[in-house]
Amino acid sequence: MRDALLADGPPAIWLVADGPPTIWEWIARNWDTGRGGSIKNLLGDHLVMSLVPIVAGLALALPLGLASVRWRWLYQPTAGLFNVIYALPSLPVFMLLISVTGLSKTTVIIPLTFYAIAVLIPAVVDGLGSVPDHVRQSAVAMGFTPLRRLLRVELPIATPVVLAGLRVVAVSSISLVSVGAVIGEGGLGMLFTRAYQNPFLPPVIVGIVLIVALALVADALLVLAQRLLTPWVRARRAS
Amino acid sequence: MITFDSVTKRYPDGTVAVDHLSLEAPTGEVTVFVGPSGCGKTTSLRMINRMIDATEGEILLDGRPVREIDPPTLRRGIGYVIQQAGLFPHKKIVDNIATVPHLLGWDRGKARARAMELLERVGLDPAMGERYPFQLSGGQQQRVGVARALAADPPVLLMDEPFSAVDPIVRTSLQDELLRLQAELNKTIVFVTHDIDEAIKLGDRVAVLRVGGRLAQLADPKTLLSEPADDFVREFLGRDRGIRRLQFVSTEGLRLRTDLTVPEGYEGGRSEPWLLVVTKDGRPLGWIAGDGRGGPEPYGTFRPGQDSMRAALDAALLSPSGCAVAVDEEGKVAGVATREALDAALAEAADA
Amino acid sequence: MNWLTGFFGDPANWSGPGGIPARLLEHVEFSALALVLAMLLAVPLGLLIGHTGRGALLVVVSANLSRALPTLGLLVMFVLLLGTASIWPVIIPLVLLAVPPILVNTYEGVRGVDPELRDAAYGMGLRGGQVLGRVLVPVALPLILLGLRLSAIQVVATTTVAAYTGLGGLGRFVIDGFATKDYASVVGGSVLIVLFALVVQIGFTLVQRTTVSPGVSQRVRSR
Repeated sequence: MRDALLADGPPAIWLVADGPPTIWEWIARNWDTGRGGSIKNLLGDHLVMSLVPIVAGLALALPLGLASVRWRWLYQPTAGLFNVIYALPSLPVFMLLISVTGLSKTTVIIPLTFYAIAVLIPAVVDGLGSVPDHVRQSAVAMGFTPLRRLLRVELPIATPVVLAGLRVVAVSSISLVSVGAVIGEGGLGMLFTRAYQNPFLPPVIVGIVLIVALALVADALLVLAQRLLTPWVRARRAS
Repeated sequence: MITFDSVTKRYPDGTVAVDHLSLEAPTGEVTVFVGPSGCGKTTSLRMINRMIDATEGEILLDGRPVREIDPPTLRRGIGYVIQQAGLFPHKKIVDNIATVPHLLGWDRGKARARAMELLERVGLDPAMGERYPFQLSGGQQQRVGVARALAADPPVLLMDEPFSAVDPIVRTSLQDELLRLQAELNKTIVFVTHDIDEAIKLGDRVAVLRVGGRLAQLADPKTLLSEPADDFVREFLGRDRGIRRLQFVSTEGLRLRTDLTVPEGYEGGRSEPWLLVVTKDGRPLGWIAGDGRGGPEPYGTFRPGQDSMRAALDAALLSPSGCAVAVDEEGKVAGVATREALDAALAEAADA
Repeated sequence: MNWLTGFFGDPANWSGPGGIPARLLEHVEFSALALVLAMLLAVPLGLLIGHTGRGALLVVVSANLSRALPTLGLLVMFVLLLGTASIWPVIIPLVLLAVPPILVNTYEGVRGVDPELRDAAYGMGLRGGQVLGRVLVPVALPLILLGLRLSAIQVVATTTVAAYTGLGGLGRFVIDGFATKDYASVVGGSVLIVLFALVVQIGFTLVQRTTVSPGVSQRVRSR
């Protein structure tokens, strides 16, 4: 293994005098090199490229979902279209976008945003569908205007379902960003391509662990948000 | 005959669902288990076809312990009807009904023919056989549930609150339908309900169970209403026990007067306070005052010998005259039961 | 557009081991192999867990983990660990990623069957296996097929990415083209993969229409 590594000529930063570094040594050496490819910088890139699609996806899916509920006929075509988009593999979509947006983070962010919308539209529609009819009726009867009814009654009740969709979106966006490494914009995914080009396992392990950890943290934050936003859901379960 | 011999069901956590239950459900009769929730009525029923196994005691089916019979084999010989019908959504109605015949290895044609016959038997259009369950109303689905239970002509039928999920009007018609079917088929039926009125209407024998799974009383409906065993049964039977008991008192011996009818166009002259105007073909039109003034007033009818005293009394209370109109099968007036006649019959019923 | 005509118009792209037909066939082979293996693992397991209710935690954990695991990282890890002597170092992660969607949906499908239905089935004297095969599977079929469809989407996409680690298939056009700045190949290959993914989607929709009972999909109109 050691000979093979040397023969393949790995870059200097991965070499130490007496053999390949342990995973901890490797992390210490590469955490913050002051250059673009340090783990710290890649982590930052990764956060940006996964957070933007999550937030933008929600921002776009909410009005689209609301419109689909308001005008029922809109739902089938909208959901159908995004279903098709969702089925498109990310890599070729990145590739096709290069001719429009070039080799940039945007090329990764745009498709991920579309995937997010595809998951979130049904979540918004189902969430609003989970509002019991008698609740809606009594809100109308109490004299809520449609907008107030939406903001004060319907959206809060829809929150758990929407957040469940958002959890799926968050976790899959964070892991999907890494595919972008193939076109040179993959955040922590860059560790995978680098490790493959200079066969060396520790970066792969570090990349996988960090990405899974990021996903778990995002998921936990959303669970926490759900508890804070919808205290009644827990109260009902406890009783 | 189904025999419960000191049957107990105790769950691992210590709860006792059924406590030393001993009773018999005679062949060809409807035995109803009734009681509040938690009284173990459904558990008792489900122990018969071994959906649940008893902890202690023995359930015998025509003398043979069900414990000794392989559950699927046992169940194929027992019809089972449940609350939401439980029809298979992926199968057409005809195939739903033919489920057990298929399991028993009947040939396809015979099973289908049997299913079609049963559809008609339970009062459904045979064309419905080609539909799927979701295309039927709740009441129709429940009828299919009954047909499916009858498919292999099992001698025993277990019915677990089969009519409690449909609206009252449909429920009444399903109950009447069941009574009609039972008159033809004479199955041994065990029926579970929480509705005491349903129990009294359908049961040849009613077993009232109390919470904790103990038998409070086992009696025919009339005895139950007139002689409840204790306060629990009395309370469970609810109000109007006296009135409800009248539905088991026959109108056979009720004295009828035939001299209180007048033809259409009557203009007064008789000394009776109320007279019944009858059309040319003998049907009742309404009550009119003896002096012939005022329009025909409302009336109520009953069929003597067939309807109960409760129906006769109800008919009497519907008209200003206080008399009930007796009609025959074709709806023609057979006579009038006056207050005096009803009074005498009620007095007799109270003595009985 | 020029890239497209350049790619599809080049006769060299239509023959030989590196041509479109050969690459397409490879893509179908790898995807189908992974999907079938995943199906053989996940469908029985999902049925079992859904039917018995035991092992539900495994389903939830695998679902969450599979979404979080980066496909490229998994592929590279297996290749670095096992080498590239055979296709298995690549097929194994493909299968691993394809299992959870089928497992979750099969489990949810079986678990979601109305308990009354199960009760009625047992009550009429069906045996355990008959209840599963004649009632639970047909009623849960829409969800089982959804799981297979989601899994197929996943497999087609991951097979494409796997070209990065040297696997054949349509991904080769994209990866090799990108490396050699042959953009006609990149665009052409991407279009091919997108079309292939759409065909797979349509295929599953057709399977769903033909195998799910109209009584379950409620696709029949009341007369």
